[in-house]
Amino acid sequence: MGYKNRVAVIGAGLTKFMRRAQETGKELCFEAARLALDSAGLEMKDIDCVAMATAPDAFDGVHMKGEYLADGAGGFRKPYMRSYVGGGSGVFAINHGWYHVASGHFDACLVVAEEKMSPVMPHPQAAFNAIYDQIMERPLGVNLLWIFALEMNRYMQVHGISQETIALVSVKNKKNGLDHPCAQAGIPGNYTVKEVVDSEIMVWPVTRLMVSPVSDAAGALVLVSERLARRLTDKPVWIEGVGWHLDTSYWTNRDLYYPKYVEYAARMAYRMAGITDPKTEIHVAEIYDPFAYKELHHMEGLLLADKGEAPKLLEKGVTQRDGALPVCPSGGLMGVGNPIAASGVMKLAEIYWQLRGEAGARQVSRPVRRGLAQAWGDLMQVGTVAILGV
Amino acid sequence: MSVNIKEWPGVPLKDRDIQSGKALTTRWQVKADYAWDTGMAMGTFLTGLKEGKILARQCDKCGRTVVPPRMFCEWCFRPTDRWVEVKDTGRVNTFSVSYVLWDATRVEKPTVPVVVEIDGCSPGVGFMHILADVGTTLEAILAKVKVGMAVKAVWKPAAERTGAITDIIHFVPREG
Repeated sequence: MGYKNRVAVIGAGLTKFMRRAQETGKELCFEAARLALDSAGLEMKDIDCVAMATAPDAFDGVHMKGEYLADGAGGFRKPYMRSYVGGGSGVFAINHGWYHVASGHFDACLVVAEEKMSPVMPHPQAAFNAIYDQIMERPLGVNLLWIFALEMNRYMQVHGISQETIALVSVKNKKNGLDHPCAQAGIPGNYTVKEVVDSEIMVWPVTRLMVSPVSDAAGALVLVSERLARRLTDKPVWIEGVGWHLDTSYWTNRDLYYPKYVEYAARMAYRMAGITDPKTEIHVAEIYDPFAYKELHHMEGLLLADKGEAPKLLEKGVTQRDGALPVCPSGGLMGVGNPIAASGVMKLAEIYWQLRGEAGARQVSRPVRRGLAQAWGDLMQVGTVAILGV
Repeated sequence: MSVNIKEWPGVPLKDRDIQSGKALTTRWQVKADYAWDTGMAMGTFLTGLKEGKILARQCDKCGRTVVPPRMFCEWCFRPTDRWVEVKDTGRVNTFSVSYVLWDATRVEKPTVPVVVEIDGCSPGVGFMHILADVGTTLEAILAKVKVGMAVKAVWKPAAERTGAITDIIHFVPREG
């Protein structure tokens, strides 16, 4: 490949996921960054540059949010850059950090992702309204749940999938989340399919237990060049592939049943990683699950299941922690919480810990040498993928 | 997460911590007012709506006819070629049944958001709107609304139209 450095992850940190954190965004960034540096045995002076990911400014109510957060992320008197692709930002952040180190410009990059959604009163939903087209969509009184319910129904109708089958994703991930020390209070739990389907209808077919909550949190990763990695750790986790792809924002002009842009992002990452058969070469996956159906929808886009087949793998238990292809062993967004950009870093951190055998109660049964994390966002149009391996 | 980390940072707040003043907050309200230029494509489209017509743009290179209209074809990356009037009828591509408003407050009587594939546009091309006259309970709506169902626009009276997407009040089922 045409890049200068092979890049490794050598540290990860995370704050608790909370409906409302007492800490400010800057303070959350600091806590996550400090933990990641400590786990890598590094100090800020060892870091050459900082890559920040954080989603809409409207949540914090601070424009230039990247600059506002920078001090907490160690991003002053250093090359600093913020990237933002909506919900896809967290996984995009490692792609962005990878470039910094792979280019040969830098040996060590601190990746920080933050979200503090709670400041918006009375509810962050109101801030989401401003993502829609101001002429075609906002006048209709659109809310964020509408379009995902429209997409979920399209996916269900095309393949004949039931709400009960999709509810199994919530059951699995909320149960997995019970083992995550950072899980948001009240989010993980033991639920039945019936409880998920019968929970309050938000926008049919989405019920309350099929949608992830709003959260405050931050996460951080330390990326270094191979030269440094060999010196600093016996257990580097390599970034083997990165990919991303954006589809048109004219979302009512494309068929929502299949996320083609996720497929293209995945193909980019697979090509870089030399993967030709992702179904067997990916051993564990943290797939973006802000809504229950998204895990299945994305499994298909990632080519980890044929079109319409992901629900069958789920029903057979293939995606459980003791299955052949564990998906969201962390608990995912459904089981841990969804502080937008920080969620993606939570997923990357989970793959990092799984590959190092440090995931404790969440450690999957099968041996794992390669894992994938994926996120998705903007107007149902961006896919971001990273593949880590040992 | 990592078994090597024993304590995870973060102090979760409860509503009562804020109500009681135990945790301090500082408040601020945005009062921003915008006037968006509707642009070359949408400006003409909205003028069409005011006249009770749905206008689409055609691209001669890929052959597509699209709404929302655009002056450029994002596939071919060249200017689109002409305006055409398409029908004010179409078919349900997908739908949902909403019990929450844009600010997350709940409502008793649900709304049915719908993506309508507009007749006269290329297959699969349409826009989002509201479907009405399909019942007021979830059971009734699910029994009535099907993907592929034929629908038609219900327009505001000409004198009340302002050149907005809401000049179409909603779509309703039609025979066909």
